[in-house]
Amino acid sequence: MKARVHVMLKNGVLDPQGEAVRHALGALGFDGVNGVRQGKVIELDLADGTTEAQVNEMCEKLLANTVIESYTVGLG
Amino acid sequence: MRAAVITFPGSNCDRDLAVGLAMAGAEVKRVWHKDSTLPDGIDLVGIPGGFSYGDYLRCGAIAANSPICKAVKAHAEKGGYVFGVCNGFQVLTETRLLPGALMRNAGLKYICRTVGLEVGENSSDFMNGYSAGQVIQVPIAHHDGNYTATTEELDRLEVEGRVAFRYSDNPNGSDRNIAGITSANGRVLGMMPHPERAMEDAHGSSDGARLFAGLIGAMATA
Repeated sequence: MKARVHVMLKNGVLDPQGEAVRHALGALGFDGVNGVRQGKVIELDLADGTTEAQVNEMCEKLLANTVIESYTVGLG
Repeated sequence: MRAAVITFPGSNCDRDLAVGLAMAGAEVKRVWHKDSTLPDGIDLVGIPGGFSYGDYLRCGAIAANSPICKAVKAHAEKGGYVFGVCNGFQVLTETRLLPGALMRNAGLKYICRTVGLEVGENSSDFMNGYSAGQVIQVPIAHHDGNYTATTEELDRLEVEGRVAFRYSDNPNGSDRNIAGITSANGRVLGMMPHPERAMEDAHGSSDGARLFAGLIGAMATA
């Protein structure tokens, strides 16, 4: 089974990389990009029977730094 | 004073930190990241600068979960001294021995230059060689030194006198100009600037040497 973990900076945490991407899009002539937030996607190939709770624990302990980041888990 | 300096794959200031501690009179042992115990009788653990594990996932995140870091956490929880410089500060926030996190510099650039640091109102033994309000010159060299914490956490650090150093001219966007902080018991210091690179006049500044000498002096009289 597979799990896909999305890690994003929490709302309210300034994302300087996202801001740089927004400026670069503007420079390419793409108008109307009001905001860009950059995160990461982590794909896990897991033994059958791994629970969502276990994946959440992986996120809490390593995959995300919950001081500044939030995460969502998608299984399947 | 007996110190252990840890080397992770990608550490590049481990020797400098060991030399800095030895210059101040410490007996220094070098410890590999795969070791699961610290040498007997260690007073201080030094976590050096560099790019542990290639900064994979997040700076310091993999190192914080390495075998030796369990021993470092146990050492800190017993009241032992721990000193993290640059990547070492990132490791200490990832272990949660220190609060907050270090994000990408606000200007997105790697910054390598000597900066002014104002010494905070902090009575930790690490600050014994300095006086509050004094400005010292110490180099920084980092891409992810933008200290971030919640407003409540920042207020707590200030009220409890745990801000060790502030940038005179904030280079990286750090909240409240914070360059270094200590733990609630004052035994853990994390800082982005490199005092081990400011040990003698030939380095451009010897202001870092006083941190090592002051700490060892405080520990000798404790």
